[in-house]
Amino acid sequence: MIPFSIDGQPVEGREGGNILETALDAGIEIPHLCFNESVKPYGACRLCLVEVVRNGKSRMAASCTHPVQKGMEVFTRTEKVLRARKMITELILAMCPGDKLIQEMAKGMGIDEVRFKKEEKDCILCGLCARVCDEVVGANAIHFAFRGDRREMIPPFQGEATNCIACGACVVVCPVDVIRMKEEGDERTIIRWKRTLKMKSCKVCGNYFAPWFQLEKFKEKAKLPKDFYDLCYTCRS
Amino acid sequence: MTHSEIEAITERYENRESAILSMLQDIQAKEKYLPQEALERLGEKLGIPMNKIYRIATFYRAFSLTPKGQHEVCVCIGTACHVRGAQRVVDQINLELGIRPGETTKDRNFTLETVNCLGVCAAGPVAAIDGQYFGKMSPAKVGGTLKKFRSDKKKKEGANGKA
Repeated sequence: MIPFSIDGQPVEGREGGNILETALDAGIEIPHLCFNESVKPYGACRLCLVEVVRNGKSRMAASCTHPVQKGMEVFTRTEKVLRARKMITELILAMCPGDKLIQEMAKGMGIDEVRFKKEEKDCILCGLCARVCDEVVGANAIHFAFRGDRREMIPPFQGEATNCIACGACVVVCPVDVIRMKEEGDERTIIRWKRTLKMKSCKVCGNYFAPWFQLEKFKEKAKLPKDFYDLCYTCRS
Repeated sequence: MTHSEIEAITERYENRESAILSMLQDIQAKEKYLPQEALERLGEKLGIPMNKIYRIATFYRAFSLTPKGQHEVCVCIGTACHVRGAQRVVDQINLELGIRPGETTKDRNFTLETVNCLGVCAAGPVAAIDGQYFGKMSPAKVGGTLKKFRSDKKKKEGANGKA
């Protein structure tokens, strides 16, 4: 374990770990959007910015991508940090004025008015959905496309996400809740990726519980017996 | 693009995933753009998911996912060319061909692109058509310069017709 301090409080970080996970484990709150412990840190939202003092030198760093180092001092609430955090929130709000979570965050930081040109986007481009899709699910259905101010999170060739298994992981993980899913009859649709898949029904209770395509993929990957998914989760246990 | 053509390209780089950019450049050189089927085949061959290839293909401006014209017209709008009136050259081309930067004419003869420097600032405003440079451009010269490439195509078509 690597000892260092956050806001004067002594903490211990895991070898190869980052500041943010250590802080969250120690119960120190650092606002963040694009970080999720089940995927690799990416440093997209910049909201988890902190001041890191090492060898008497201070610098600003995104705490999710900054590795823990012995003896460094991390400050999460200095004037400089708060000012930067406020600015970042204001910029995200200017990009996505409709997002409830961002609105609340901005309000909490005392942002009454956005000074920048407002855009009509809803996605904050944190990339969490794509990272979960790649690293956890392994479906590789979506990713960033284009660059700079035209950057977008879309399925390849902008149409239906043909690799999507409609598992809904991106729906759950999206911090601003803009990826929606709907289930109608035996069909599940991930609206944002224009993907609709037929669901399988449980042999006992008859409820539709998961998309066929997804179950077939899982069976193939985990080498499960053919009848493994004949029953839904509730009926199996 | 056929399977064997894609295979020839991937084998040139020993099927290395890291050579994806060079492979895309080779496809682009051959087809003048990146056709969807070609990218799908490339992905299958290398075992790279489509979302990654699409991400790379859209990131770089050198790649195009839409078909390009026979002749590529590049107008430099870098600082030196800009102050000498590059925008007027672009506007004149727009007037002559009816296309804006990034677009292709309906007959797929011309594609108009703007670049930020062609490396010959002294000759600005500069335009390059298929790699051939035209210095000291002006709106008045646009028509004549384009004509060379227009008739060029017609001649070829005529020859093909006779044969």
